[in-house]
Amino acid sequence: MNKHTLAVTVENKPGVLTRVTTLFRRRGYNIDSLTVGTTENPGISRMTIVVEGDDKVIEQVTKQLYKLVDVCKVVDITRENSVDRELAMIKVKADNNVRAEIVQLVDIFRARIVDIGRNSLIVEATGDRRKIDALEDSLRPFGIIELVRTGKIAMLRGIK
Amino acid sequence: MKGAEILLHCLQKEGVDVIFGYPGGQALPIYDALYDSPIQHILVRHEQGAVHAADGYARASGKTGVCLATSGPGATNLVTGIATAYMDSIPMVVLTGQVGSLLIGKDAFQEADITGITLPITKHNYLLERTEDISRIIKEAFVIARTNRPGPVVVDLPKDLMEKTIDFKDDTEEVHIRGYRVMKGVNSGQIIAAAEMINQSERPVIYAGGGVVASGAAPEMKEFAEKMKIPVTTTLMGMGAFPGTNYLALGMLGMHGTRSANYAIGECDVLIALGVRFDDRVTAKIQHFAPKASVIHIDIDAAEIGKNMDVDVPIVSDVKEALRLLIPRLQAREEYSEWHQTISRWKEEYPLNYGSSSEGRIMPQYVVEKIYEVTQGDAIITTEVGQNQMWAAQYYKFKQPRTFLTSGGLGTMGYGFPAAIGAKIACPEMRVIDIAGDGSIQMNIQELGTAMQYKLPVVICILNNHFLGMVRQWQGLFYNRRYSHTDMTHQPDFVKLAEAYGAVGIRVTKSEDVEEALKKAFQIDDRPVIIDFWVEREANVYPMVPPGGSLQNMLGGEE
Repeated sequence: MNKHTLAVTVENKPGVLTRVTTLFRRRGYNIDSLTVGTTENPGISRMTIVVEGDDKVIEQVTKQLYKLVDVCKVVDITRENSVDRELAMIKVKADNNVRAEIVQLVDIFRARIVDIGRNSLIVEATGDRRKIDALEDSLRPFGIIELVRTGKIAMLRGIK
Repeated sequence: MKGAEILLHCLQKEGVDVIFGYPGGQALPIYDALYDSPIQHILVRHEQGAVHAADGYARASGKTGVCLATSGPGATNLVTGIATAYMDSIPMVVLTGQVGSLLIGKDAFQEADITGITLPITKHNYLLERTEDISRIIKEAFVIARTNRPGPVVVDLPKDLMEKTIDFKDDTEEVHIRGYRVMKGVNSGQIIAAAEMINQSERPVIYAGGGVVASGAAPEMKEFAEKMKIPVTTTLMGMGAFPGTNYLALGMLGMHGTRSANYAIGECDVLIALGVRFDDRVTAKIQHFAPKASVIHIDIDAAEIGKNMDVDVPIVSDVKEALRLLIPRLQAREEYSEWHQTISRWKEEYPLNYGSSSEGRIMPQYVVEKIYEVTQGDAIITTEVGQNQMWAAQYYKFKQPRTFLTSGGLGTMGYGFPAAIGAKIACPEMRVIDIAGDGSIQMNIQELGTAMQYKLPVVICILNNHFLGMVRQWQGLFYNRRYSHTDMTHQPDFVKLAEAYGAVGIRVTKSEDVEEALKKAFQIDDRPVIIDFWVEREANVYPMVPPGGSLQNMLGGEE
């Protein structure tokens, strides 16, 4: 199954997220990740939805999204020249024996340590999905206590 | 002005002259304002009656139907009717009372999240947040309900916002909805491609649905079909879009379609699909639907194109607009080809037919034929759902669009009678007949009270087989005649029931009395009539495509 990234511009109104997720549930589309946030225009929010499906499914998803009155624009930016990022926070076990090793790893990934506890660290990282996946894999042997990822946001390069 | 007064003012501006409704606590301010309003209010006996009546009104008139209910149970009783209208793309604005805005979310008395509940069965919905927004929201609701692919819009109205008085200046002009554009224009390249394909076709068929009725494209479609001599088959929702008596008419297609229609789909080389959605009851096994054809699909809803069927020439457009551009590009055909001969042969070999009753009972199909004979097609027919619906579609020849009102997509039992009430109010000069079953009629029989109150001479023809006939038919054919819970022998005396309401009840048990009973019923002009036709108990709807089968393999009806 291909993963597609859709940039969806919606009205910044209560209930819009429900409308979008209800549509996905009702039509049986799989959401891989969904992020939503404000934009330069306070009346407009932007959703980045990663959805699984072949071209036919994505075409239907796009058309069905357009039928929602609160959806203004849907762009499939999977194949476009785009930048995508995700943010993750990972709380990892870290006693004195391994702390230095973890710090080194974090440096390699150009991530940051944002909290230090007696036996744990919180690592913050941004990057594309593969980088976050790789960091997660590298930290797993130390023992991940808690992990949270924002899901992907994406933007086209240049002016279009 | 009070919120409720602003609401009614805005409805009037939208041309609303009738509201079907039922009052309740949270709708009190609206009902108080209605007391002084020129808008007619039809008091139903159950909210489901209101929503189906508004739907019937909309289908018969082409206008947007409006209904009103209170919060909580009033609103949830509308749900089936909203879903019915949504599936059949019927323009409707549904107004619901709601608890005061400060109580929302507190599980107040008679609170239900109706905007949440109706999210997947409305084209759009609104929860009013400020009295100042009423005029904009009502304007938007009507634009959304009636334009593009029509559908129901729910507007939920908290009580305090209806009570609140504000300085109201009526200055809402054209609304601008950022995420909604009214469709205009057609891709001319696609029209050219379609015209070429049709000009070169040898065995074309038109497959026409509810979209033709919705867009008012019946005259254009007739012109198109006659210019090119293309046979036309209609879906259940498209009945009336093409005159059933026309020599090019094939009748309905699909599960209970005519053999000639279904065979034509199987053999055609170009399929022209107008305002349809390739529903499973039409296509049967989609892989075997129109297997030899190139497909031209014209529909206003882009999401319908390619949803169920891959098409060769997709045209996202209002059907009427597209046909207007298409017709001048077509080279008229004079001669009848081999294709027409083949179709005539099918029509002769496989006409719709039915046997006779072994017990000397009336055959239900005969009743429908007689209704057609007596009315000559000059009537609005509504139906309930099941065998009655299919026999109505098969044996009545519809002349005009908007004369056949039936729950096509959702298949809602109990639809026909309240829809007939709405249709009678929309078209008082038309004869309105509900072709019903003994099961379905009991689902909204309480609306006899409404029809009495407003002196509506709607004629209910119950094809009474003392069974839930369609389910029994399936049990007979596919479940070894195990008639599990489909026997409806325990039923009221429909004649006495009609009389209890002050209506007229007639029972008919012999074929020779059918016509006379109909004529008698049609003379009554001030109250509803129930005719209780006791019909053959185990008559089946034929021909039939068994579930999972293809249109070319039909059961029954070939004598």
